Amino acid sequence: MLTPESLAQIDRELTKYPADQRRSATMSALRIAQVEHRWLSNELIEFVANYIGIPPVAAYEVATFYNMFDRKPVGRHKLTVCTNLPCALSGGADAGKYLQQKLGIGYGETTADGRFTLMEGECMGACGYAPVMLVNNHSMCNHMTPEAIDKKLAELE
Amino acid sequence: MTVYVKGVVFEGVDFDDPNSWKLDAYVARGGYAALKKILQTGMTQDEIIAEMKTSSLRGRGGAGFPTGLKWSFMPRNFPGQKYLVCNTDEGEPGTFKDLDIIVNNPHALIEGMIIGGFAMGITVGYNYIHGEVFEAYERFEAALEEARAAGFLGDNILGTDFCFQLHGHHGYGAYICGEETALLESLEGKKGQPRFKPPFPASFGLYGKPTTINNTETFASVPYIIREGGQKFLELGKPNNGGTKLFSISGHVNRPGNYEIPLGTPFSELLEMAGGMRGGRKLKAVIPGGSSAPVLPADIMMDCTMDYDAIAKAGSMLGSGAVIVMDESVCMVKALERLSYFYFEESCGQCTPCREGTGWLYRVVHRIEHGQGRPEDLDLLLSVGANIAGRTICALGDAAVMPVQGMLKHFRAEFEHHIEHKNCLVRGY
Ligand SMILES: Cc1cc2nc3c(=O)[nH]c(=O)nc-3n(C[C@H](O)[C@H](O)[C@H](O)COP(=O)(O)O)c2cc1C
Ligand code: SF4
Ligand code: FES
Repeated sequence: MLTPESLAQIDRELTKYPADQRRSATMSALRIAQVEHRWLSNELIEFVANYIGIPPVAAYEVATFYNMFDRKPVGRHKLTVCTNLPCALSGGADAGKYLQQKLGIGYGETTADGRFTLMEGECMGACGYAPVMLVNNHSMCNHMTPEAIDKKLAELE
Repeated sequence: MTVYVKGVVFEGVDFDDPNSWKLDAYVARGGYAALKKILQTGMTQDEIIAEMKTSSLRGRGGAGFPTGLKWSFMPRNFPGQKYLVCNTDEGEPGTFKDLDIIVNNPHALIEGMIIGGFAMGITVGYNYIHGEVFEAYERFEAALEEARAAGFLGDNILGTDFCFQLHGHHGYGAYICGEETALLESLEGKKGQPRFKPPFPASFGLYGKPTTINNTETFASVPYIIREGGQKFLELGKPNNGGTKLFSISGHVNRPGNYEIPLGTPFSELLEMAGGMRGGRKLKAVIPGGSSAPVLPADIMMDCTMDYDAIAKAGSMLGSGAVIVMDESVCMVKALERLSYFYFEESCGQCTPCREGTGWLYRVVHRIEHGQGRPEDLDLLLSVGANIAGRTICALGDAAVMPVQGMLKHFRAEFEHHIEHKNCLVRGY
């Protein structure tokens, strides 16, 4: 279910931990799998669990506990906007409202064309650059004014 | 934006130079000299820990525990594997300093961890990095590669028989993993649920082995202390509050950002450095140490100096050094509603007082904000809080209660107005 490149990345993560503690790589292995498939189906989680050599239920637990894992399909681009207080004081909540209006969806929803999923996030440790938005979990965008949001959305096919 | 006024973490860093984080630049500004000093002059473990104690460096992750003392708790002659763990799971609302360290000066952290490993006889370390800042994780991994290639990290460091392996590990969206035992569970590949203590990590930590955990900024302060001496570090700050610290300033200031300044600097000066209040509006209140710290009104804050003891005396805590500045347009009910939602959302659900209590706090503040509050609600909030605080496995329970108590202590009238008139006194956020 995963390309040789993804498997090689998981192998690299596994080298960080003692040989009898392969479970430690669960989170990064699930992350690598999610990057390839965009979301984690039950089959994918089970595949990852088997690859690492842990019971599938242990991998499900991890996939469920951590917010950045998606257990159902998401759009081609997942946008997570931080609305916690420090960001809200500098336009974080407004950025969230602007995105909702512009995309015509609420938090946790995906546009009809499957292009965007919008999520409300908690503090990302980047409050000084508010408003902040995370694109596809890994790319942090700072100072997301309405103009900056327009520009960013146009870049994301 | 990062402003270096005086300090040890960002000394010599050129924030305009995209290569300033790299090993060459770090070495050119005195980097890895502390490690060389230890290995080449035969500085002993006891001497290192003594310097750490002299420095009076206190943990920069929130609790402010003296680092030298923590290091001395580590069973140095324990026969099996021991671990050193760095906490870069920065997720306390308002805090963004550790991200800045990893991005702009990762080798200071790496060198600090290698020294910690040497001092406590530990040969393996991990740095747990907040999932949302994945680019910082990649930066850290790149810096590790450089350190290994240069012989500062790995087997036989600088030709001695000292070995230390260090790896990056990322989270994936759970505030609770900042709590050190939840972090260890997560590092083991499990749900991030805090452990009962005791046993403490120093005896039962990662994989059940003795483990020392420190914050990113704590480790990044170590090279300076070893290079220049603990006394010199101490003198940068004030007694019992040694050194300088990074303050993350967010909210209604003209220049939000990280400011590295001596502990004991007056808040009024810090506010000025941050460009003063945005739009020239009046300061209303400050949360001085991350979202868990009780709020302080402007007049108290303007008389405070920024150090552990002064902020504690004023009834709050310095915590992680996240300073959330609010002007007169802020509705305190709405502000508290957002924070209470956060703790409710992030409770791991393991203990009943926290799982149920955080939901209760949020729902009551929510109904006050939405014009459905009842006169007895304020006492209800305090009694729910009293039933959470001190009755939970980890400090998230207390962290959820302190903002409520602080708000009701200093801004009770605003909550009463909401309940009586069903609307806000002020109309900003
Ligand atoms: C709910 C909760 C969240 C925490 N989050 C962090 C964090 O993001 N970063 C951190 O360094 N410490 C955090 N801590 C404190 C750690 O448990 C621990 O005290 C700290 O990492 C020790 O390092 P220090 O002594 O260098 O400060 C948190 C504690 C609690 C209870
Ligand atoms: S206090 Fe809350 S977050 Fe901490 S262990 Fe209990 S339920 Fe989990
Ligand atoms: S509050 Fe938004 S990144 Fe911290």
